[in-house]
Amino acid sequence: MEVQPHVTPVPSPRETAPAAARPIHLRVQGITKRFGAFTALDDVSLEVESGRLVCFLGPSGCGKTTLLRVIAGLEMQDTGNVEIGGRDVTRLPPAQRDFGIVFQSYALFPNLTAAQNVGYGLVNRRKARAEIAKRVAELLSLVGMPEQGAKYPSQLSGGQQQRVALARALASSPSLLLLDEPLSALDARVRVRLRDEIKALQRRLGITTVMVTHDQEEALAMADRIVVMNRGRVEQVGSPAEIYARPATAFVAHFVGAMNILDAVVAGPGRAQAGSLALACDALGQRAEGHRVRLGLRPEEVRIRGIEPGAPNAVLVTVVLLDFLGAFCRATLRPTAGGDLTILCDFSANAMRDLGIREGQALTVALPPDLLRVFDNGGSPDA
Amino acid sequence: MTMAMALPVSPRRLTAEEIVMRAAIAALLVFLVLAIAVPLAVLLIKSFQDGDGRFVGLANYARYFTTPTLVASLWNSVWVAALSTAIVVPLAFLYAYALTRTCLRAKGLFMAVALLPLFAPSLLSAISFIYIFGNQGFLKSWLMGASIYGPIGIVLAQVFYCFPHALMILVTALSLADGRLYEAAAAMGTPRWRVFSTVTLPGARYGLISAAFIVFTLVITDFGIAKVIGGQFNVLATDAYKQVIGQQNFEMGAVVGFVLLVPAVVAFALDRLIQRRQVALLSARAVPFQPRPSLAKDAAFTGYCLAVGGLIAAVLGVAVWASFVTYWPYNLTLSLKNYDLENFEPTGYGPYFASLQMAGLAAVFGTAIVFAGAYLIEKGQGVRFARSLAQLIAMLPMAVPGLVLGLGYAFFINAKWNPLGFLYGTIALLTINSIAHFYTTAHVTAVTALKQIDSEFEAVSASLKVPFYKTFARVTVPVCMPAILDIAVYMFVNAMTTVSAVIFLYGPSTKLASISIVHMDEAGATAAAAAMATLIVLTALAVKVLHLVLDRLVFGKLQAWRRR
Repeated sequence: MEVQPHVTPVPSPRETAPAAARPIHLRVQGITKRFGAFTALDDVSLEVESGRLVCFLGPSGCGKTTLLRVIAGLEMQDTGNVEIGGRDVTRLPPAQRDFGIVFQSYALFPNLTAAQNVGYGLVNRRKARAEIAKRVAELLSLVGMPEQGAKYPSQLSGGQQQRVALARALASSPSLLLLDEPLSALDARVRVRLRDEIKALQRRLGITTVMVTHDQEEALAMADRIVVMNRGRVEQVGSPAEIYARPATAFVAHFVGAMNILDAVVAGPGRAQAGSLALACDALGQRAEGHRVRLGLRPEEVRIRGIEPGAPNAVLVTVVLLDFLGAFCRATLRPTAGGDLTILCDFSANAMRDLGIREGQALTVALPPDLLRVFDNGGSPDA
Repeated sequence: MTMAMALPVSPRRLTAEEIVMRAAIAALLVFLVLAIAVPLAVLLIKSFQDGDGRFVGLANYARYFTTPTLVASLWNSVWVAALSTAIVVPLAFLYAYALTRTCLRAKGLFMAVALLPLFAPSLLSAISFIYIFGNQGFLKSWLMGASIYGPIGIVLAQVFYCFPHALMILVTALSLADGRLYEAAAAMGTPRWRVFSTVTLPGARYGLISAAFIVFTLVITDFGIAKVIGGQFNVLATDAYKQVIGQQNFEMGAVVGFVLLVPAVVAFALDRLIQRRQVALLSARAVPFQPRPSLAKDAAFTGYCLAVGGLIAAVLGVAVWASFVTYWPYNLTLSLKNYDLENFEPTGYGPYFASLQMAGLAAVFGTAIVFAGAYLIEKGQGVRFARSLAQLIAMLPMAVPGLVLGLGYAFFINAKWNPLGFLYGTIALLTINSIAHFYTTAHVTAVTALKQIDSEFEAVSASLKVPFYKTFARVTVPVCMPAILDIAVYMFVNAMTTVSAVIFLYGPSTKLASISIVHMDEAGATAAAAAMATLIVLTALAVKVLHLVLDRLVFGKLQAWRRR
């Protein structure tokens, strides 16, 4: 996992928009879907404001794609309601719901040109030929492919196919755009470029968009709101900054960005014992002594410079492993005091040079008491 | 977020599109039930009734198993089929090995030659062997007094007829090889025989088993070869024919039909069971095997393929040659005398044109029904039970010998209560019967093609508010055109060459070419029978060549989108 340089705890403009100004465009309530003994969605409810881009984020099998298909009407839920634009569409087939969809595979019709693909749904609405041609040209330039209409999908690159699929989904001016892992089939460079383009296009059109992804980086970069899902349930809903800075559960903390998770026991007011480490922790609150908790700290939050020997939560450690990740190195640290506990810690290239970090080296780091997050045990045993 | 009461979603009214889909599925199901399930059920019921339609339980079966001649036929069928299988499978395995694992030259040509028997009625190989080893055969002395009319002839002809069927399966099995396994074995210095027994054979194991089952079933259920070259040697297939056509003993015919169904169904079920265990023989990371040149090995296999391929071409060639010979074996000057079919067959070329018409109709309607049916089963929405049932019935004909299906049709269509009785003896009935007979292979081809196209086309189409049938016509059919043509050619060739089912169903004006061969052969006009068989082979081959040419030239241009 990479560090997110563009996601900072400073509130972004996306967060400052007054929440009450936007009506709810998509509402799902109490959705449950079972496939035999497997529960894909377990009583899921959420609301999406008009014009927002929302990401369903989670590991494979968490139910995010099933939820998208329920919204589209491609999958029929066992219980629960779906409302699009204030209209209850629970019992309507896909064709009578108002949405455009882009699939992971794009599902472009291979025997039709890019322009025919984009105009596929328009032809059926008995519009004048010239009108359709005009709209298709408009859509193709909207996605940045004004000259490529005559080509067949097999003659287009993956990124271009993706754009055609997007133009096709937007052709009928739907009020809701559904994207099912739209970028996962592309190589890394194209993916980054396209995610910025999709985001810009979504903003420009102001179309309410739901995107499914398993890539936390993609979700953090694109979404106004992120819905983190796990095992058919919603773990947390929030802005990217909230999700990253204040994960509600150990699962979210672990899934979005990297996070050290230390099993600990409350040792007194504001104090916890994690293996061999006695730690001060501001966020413990009123938890009773002996209560089992998990402490979370991001690798980049481990303090590495200028630590006095008596500083709070100073730990003498040995560097056991260094992973070179380009702009920085991620070190695996083991407390010299012993135990099988390890701590991940990021060193910038500068810090590496200044501190002369190499494997086997001993140094003192600190786990800032004010940054240690506390998760109660039992909520997410898998995290 | 608000929590709402979780209420079960109640079913909604169907949309017009869904009504169209359900009506189409219902129509498919009606066709499959009437064309496949009901005739078989009628046959089953018939086997429990006496001549007056009274239920007699297992009495017919008891009579069958206490009649020594009938039980002898059962034993004959089994051992002839087992012997043919034991000969064909190793022969075909070596041939397939040469085609896939050696640097043999002209592989395409060798494959094409080996597939030739597919374009001929099974009768043709029997006729050829009569010309070679029969009473007037030029190699009669090679048999050292033994007669070709009997098990020897049947086995020889079956080996020729079944060879391409086994070969196709084994080529597929052997071409699925992971080159990395061979590299790993070579890296460990494994001797060649050990590589063969630990990598090659286990990899092709399922193919071998499958080929053995297919050949066994083909032999035991084939009617034409035993009829022409079997002489006094009785097998199940000829028994059924004699009971029904000769003795008008329909109940006993039904019993023989069911006895015939047993080995076919058992082979089919075992094959399915074994295929199910074959999961992911090839991982996604497998590297295709590339044979390396080896002078001795390549030369040996070239010799083998020349011998086997040459024999196949020769057997086919003898029948064709004999059809142009004035009077075998005394006057070998070439003439078209045997093609004056009016001298041997009351309606002359009538049966040939009836076959042409029937095969054409089967190709057009069969392909349309099979492909649309496969689409509804595979990509349809809702009514899951109906679609599963349709799938089950569609797979049934694979396990049903043509003779059994033909008997079922004969009993069904002639039943007093059946309002469809007017169809008896019509080209329409022969066409429907042929479509049903060859349904499974065509269906599997269609399903395979449909599985390869993106599973989200229907979902995209729905989101664009385009009804499924428009996307079917505008996208699915064009994309699957190569498979559709394959199905059409398969239907045509098989309808052209089939004997077993239709022999119970033809009428005075709808006698087919393949049936005419049986009759002319029975009447001693073997040369004319060879001429008719030659006409069938040439027609079937012409259609196949036309298909290949069309595929290359015309569809190559229409399908520009397939090129990158």
